[in-house]
Amino acid sequence: MKRLPDDGLLEVRDLKKYFPTKRKGVFVRAVDGVSFRLKRGEVLGLVGESGSGKSTTAYTILGVYEPTAGQILFKGQDISTGLARRPLALKKEIQIVFQDPGTSLNPSRTIGQILGVPLAVHRIGTRAERQQRIAELLRLVELPVDFMYKYPRAIGGGERQMVAIARALATNPSLVVLDEPTSALDVSVQAKIINMLMKLQRELHLTYLFISHDLSLMRNVATRVAVMYLGKICEEASTPELFANPLHPYTQMLLSSIPVVSKAEEATKPKRIRSTGEIPSPVDVPPGCGFHPRCPFRTEACSREEPAMREVEEGHFVRCHLLGAGVPGDGQIH
Amino acid sequence: MADSAKWRERLGRAWYKFSRNRLSVVGLVLVVGIILLALLAPVVVPYPEHAGAFVDYANANLPPSRTYLFGTDVFGRDIFSRTIFAFRGALIMAIGVLVTVVPLGSFLGLVAGYFKGTRLEAFIMRITDVFLALPPLILALAICAMLRPTLFNSMMAVCVSWWPWYTRLVYGMARSVRSEFYVLAAEVAGASKAHILFREILPNCMAPIFTKMALDVGWVILVGAGLSFVGLGEQPPTPALGTMVSDGAKYLPHLWWNSVFPAIAIMVMVLSFNLLGDGIRDMLAREEA
Amino acid sequence: MKMEDSTLVEIKNLTVWYRVYGGLLRVLDGVNLSVARGQKVGIVGETGCGKTTTVKAILRILPKNAVVPEGTIMFQGRNVLKMRGRELQELRGQGIAMVFQDPTAALNPVFTIGQQIMEVIKYARPGGKAKEWREMAVRALKEAALPDPERLMENYPFQLSGGMRQRVCIAMALATARTLLIADEPTTNLDVTIQDQVLRLVRRLVEEKGTSLILITHSLGVAREMTDLVYVMYAGTMVEVAQTDELFDNPLHPYTLGLLQSIPKLTGGGVTQGIAGRIPDYANPPPGCRFAPRCDQAMPICSERKPALFDAGGGHQVACWRFAAGGEAVA
Repeated sequence: MKRLPDDGLLEVRDLKKYFPTKRKGVFVRAVDGVSFRLKRGEVLGLVGESGSGKSTTAYTILGVYEPTAGQILFKGQDISTGLARRPLALKKEIQIVFQDPGTSLNPSRTIGQILGVPLAVHRIGTRAERQQRIAELLRLVELPVDFMYKYPRAIGGGERQMVAIARALATNPSLVVLDEPTSALDVSVQAKIINMLMKLQRELHLTYLFISHDLSLMRNVATRVAVMYLGKICEEASTPELFANPLHPYTQMLLSSIPVVSKAEEATKPKRIRSTGEIPSPVDVPPGCGFHPRCPFRTEACSREEPAMREVEEGHFVRCHLLGAGVPGDGQIH
Repeated sequence: MADSAKWRERLGRAWYKFSRNRLSVVGLVLVVGIILLALLAPVVVPYPEHAGAFVDYANANLPPSRTYLFGTDVFGRDIFSRTIFAFRGALIMAIGVLVTVVPLGSFLGLVAGYFKGTRLEAFIMRITDVFLALPPLILALAICAMLRPTLFNSMMAVCVSWWPWYTRLVYGMARSVRSEFYVLAAEVAGASKAHILFREILPNCMAPIFTKMALDVGWVILVGAGLSFVGLGEQPPTPALGTMVSDGAKYLPHLWWNSVFPAIAIMVMVLSFNLLGDGIRDMLAREEA
Repeated sequence: MKMEDSTLVEIKNLTVWYRVYGGLLRVLDGVNLSVARGQKVGIVGETGCGKTTTVKAILRILPKNAVVPEGTIMFQGRNVLKMRGRELQELRGQGIAMVFQDPTAALNPVFTIGQQIMEVIKYARPGGKAKEWREMAVRALKEAALPDPERLMENYPFQLSGGMRQRVCIAMALATARTLLIADEPTTNLDVTIQDQVLRLVRRLVEEKGTSLILITHSLGVAREMTDLVYVMYAGTMVEVAQTDELFDNPLHPYTLGLLQSIPKLTGGGVTQGIAGRIPDYANPPPGCRFAPRCDQAMPICSERKPALFDAGGGHQVACWRFAAGGEAVA
């Protein structure tokens, strides 16, 4: 078993997931060559809009989909298969919190029963001990213990999401995938959930793969951020670096579109680029750089040749023709 | 919250939803009435002995009157009493069929819906399609004709033609529930297929099953009446609604009460269970928090 | 402040209840709102605060179990709540247009885009010809910056992306001259880059045509970019009203402050605690100020009497007893 040198928990190598369509030979290229490394204790923000492939990447790592190509390494072991072929013990280690608390909890079961499922599946403790554990889990997310007798519809969206988090933590996982856990919630509730998530991360030494479309949130939560577009990562850097120095035109476009609430934030938004166009369908990926039809800085090369991912500065990776190694991107076409 | 208080609230809320539509309440009242009459028939009915082997030619063919509410038939038997007694056979048939058909059909539909895209699904659904293509009454007639005519055999015949409807219903529900996130959550957690089928998916399919069951009581009764109309099913002297209609048909239009009252009774039974079914559907409709 | 001619919509003391199992949900509790001609007004609030109920009341499209025991809604001088028949139809067909949150649900999947826009135009301007309607429809699509409008007329909604569908809805809403456009969370379901484009489109069209705008959103950032005047709504009442710049420079109500604090900032600074507590139970709302149970600056009077909107200077109003000292109750 290959041991990763720097305490890496999860490594994804050139992961691809294509879905077949009714037309022969035509695929939906949802994930088209994604590579990254997630260290223990890190929060990696995987950011993108719809069609970027961020959710599919997460679900493939989880095993919901089988990879079309590429590798997924967890704690040094290759786990690049679907759920059916994964050992039960692995399912204890990697868990997920879904986006919509309204549909991620079975409406016909009580909260206690819902939390009991992972415990029963992995045979954690005896019946009595499981009841204790359920109470513990509820306390962990600061919910009243008598919630275990309630049905999901009797509690609010934010509280349901807390239950979903408690469920994910029931088996003491090392990696938790968070699929836009607060997108469906109001901003004041979101703050509570995020707080809870970060507190739990510190206390239980968790590692998060955080899928989101909200860059402002990532600014405050992630250690590293990877921006995805049309199935590929177009930029990856540590959080302070990405926001201080966004290099890829798509990253800049995303940042410039965010509606902010203060002049201070307004000042940090890139000015030279405004959002235009729409993301093409992942069935019909443009040749060369996938972003070129919308890019105001595109050159001739951009429509022919796909740019490779390059480390432009230490720890800062960009996939763009305009940026030679070591040249800070300022959008100027040379 | 005390358990009893919780139950009272749930019942109250269920009743509120049920009773929004006045017709559902009418249906409920009628159904309760029918069941009570059927249960208490020997006690409640004016001439309980007329439901067996009985003749009284002196009082035969009398029109409806105060003594004989629905009149008498060729044997002098009180048609009202026989009609009420016939409720028993009808309800037994409906209950027997549904108790057999619902678990079996639902289980097949559940399995087919979950294992979508596999050969198991194809196998189950193709057989279901074959049975669905045959009209229930015709199929039941064909089977009954091969066996001795009894209530039990006619029940079996109806079962054979009835199960695919539940399979189809639950198949559709299971397919859509299967893609819900909570099912995915259970799969990711490593839950077994049995757990997912029976604990995650099935409870969320129950509402349409119950609604259909209520509606089906009426339809099974109708099919049963159709079978007894042609002499299959309960044999004389036990009264059966269909038989009474068919026997009386010879005497239309002069001795109209022989056929008309049993026919109205069939209609009322079917209608009341339909109305009840609507109410149950409203009651079980999930409200958003 | 006298009722100006330039006031388009004036809602006073609007109260709406919903009849449900177990009693009444007192959703709106004396809502006041005023929109001038050509003004862009934002209503900001979280889920369940009653913002959609308010605009549905303006258009009289509340659900069957809604009761309006008190309040008036004046539109161009006439009380909407008392309108019926012809007048009401004109209100909806010609006066006020609405764009909803989900463009997929707002467009009929079995009719082409062209058919749907032409239908709207037909009801807005009765007594015209199909050819005129068609021309107006194409022009509306062009104004909404939709590519190849002629061909778009023959497309069905499923052939368009979410952003394009919403643009079509906006085009439909503004195809004929309207006095007021109500947009209920028009971009919540869209990607952030598309949201930016659609919002800019709405602002441009509304300014060009001189149409007033009521924009409902849960995003303070969107309100900041799009409006001249912002109403902050909580649990069925307006808790703060101010010119947009003033509100963000100088937020006063504890709820507004809590909201602003909860929003993660692009400049960093971590994530705050949010606002403690939950929204009140509308079946049993707290007496007095509905925010009092969650407010860390609550005074005894807050749980006894409901504060009116007090004047904090410069058109800035706050429904909070802490600001009662200076001014008179304005509304």
